[in-house]
Amino acid sequence: MDLSLETRTHDDHTVVEVGGEIDVYTAPKLRECLVDLVNAGNYRLVIDLEGVEFLDSTGLGVLVGGLKRVRSHEGTLQLVCTHERLLKIFRITGLTKVFPIHDSVEAAVSDSATTS
Amino acid sequence: MGTITLQVCPDPAHVRIVRLVSAAFARRAGLDEGSIDEVKLAVGEACGMAVSALEDSADEHLTVELSDAPSLRIVVRAPLDLTHLSAPDAGTGLVPDGLDVIRALLEDVDITTATDESVVAMSWPAGSGQPAL
Repeated sequence: MDLSLETRTHDDHTVVEVGGEIDVYTAPKLRECLVDLVNAGNYRLVIDLEGVEFLDSTGLGVLVGGLKRVRSHEGTLQLVCTHERLLKIFRITGLTKVFPIHDSVEAAVSDSATTS
Repeated sequence: MGTITLQVCPDPAHVRIVRLVSAAFARRAGLDEGSIDEVKLAVGEACGMAVSALEDSADEHLTVELSDAPSLRIVVRAPLDLTHLSAPDAGTGLVPDGLDVIRALLEDVDITTATDESVVAMSWPAGSGQPAL
């Protein structure tokens, strides 16, 4: 299994639980999922990366694309990530200033509700 | 350990295999887990860029050379100029391309490019000397 995607609802937010590795091979699948969710009217997204074992700049590009899409509908995109090996790539690319990153889905939903 | 050379056709599915081989080689060379994560990311970025650009070129391939004397060194060679590719999120400019990620990640990296070739040479300090079994 290279990439798994599970979608659920939590307090008016759509949570996408991602598992596996996000790279040049699997990133299109994540992109398609986010595009479909936004096209279906889901503008408050929480991307749970706790099950992700690898993420590179291709994956970051997909996440940025998702952020752009929801923002065009005045929506929000929050991330859940506690793994240092993933947080490192957000830091070295400066994307910790772009994405709200939380320790849990509950914290992400709470922050989204506060800021929207 | 000597040298391992991989000749990789530009299929995106193969990039993970190259990462796994590189991680196993680095682990045998005695690198710690944090450095092994760096190896996977750096090699993945270099190969991912090349594979994305070459995906429609069935006759082309990239080469990955792994050696551990005196320290871990991985060289990715691709038959194109990697500096003239669009960024992963072309349009926003928020995400650096793979080469910039590698430069930010590693202290010892040398990237040389020409019209029809790029060479990304990456090195990591010698491990503890206790190769993983």
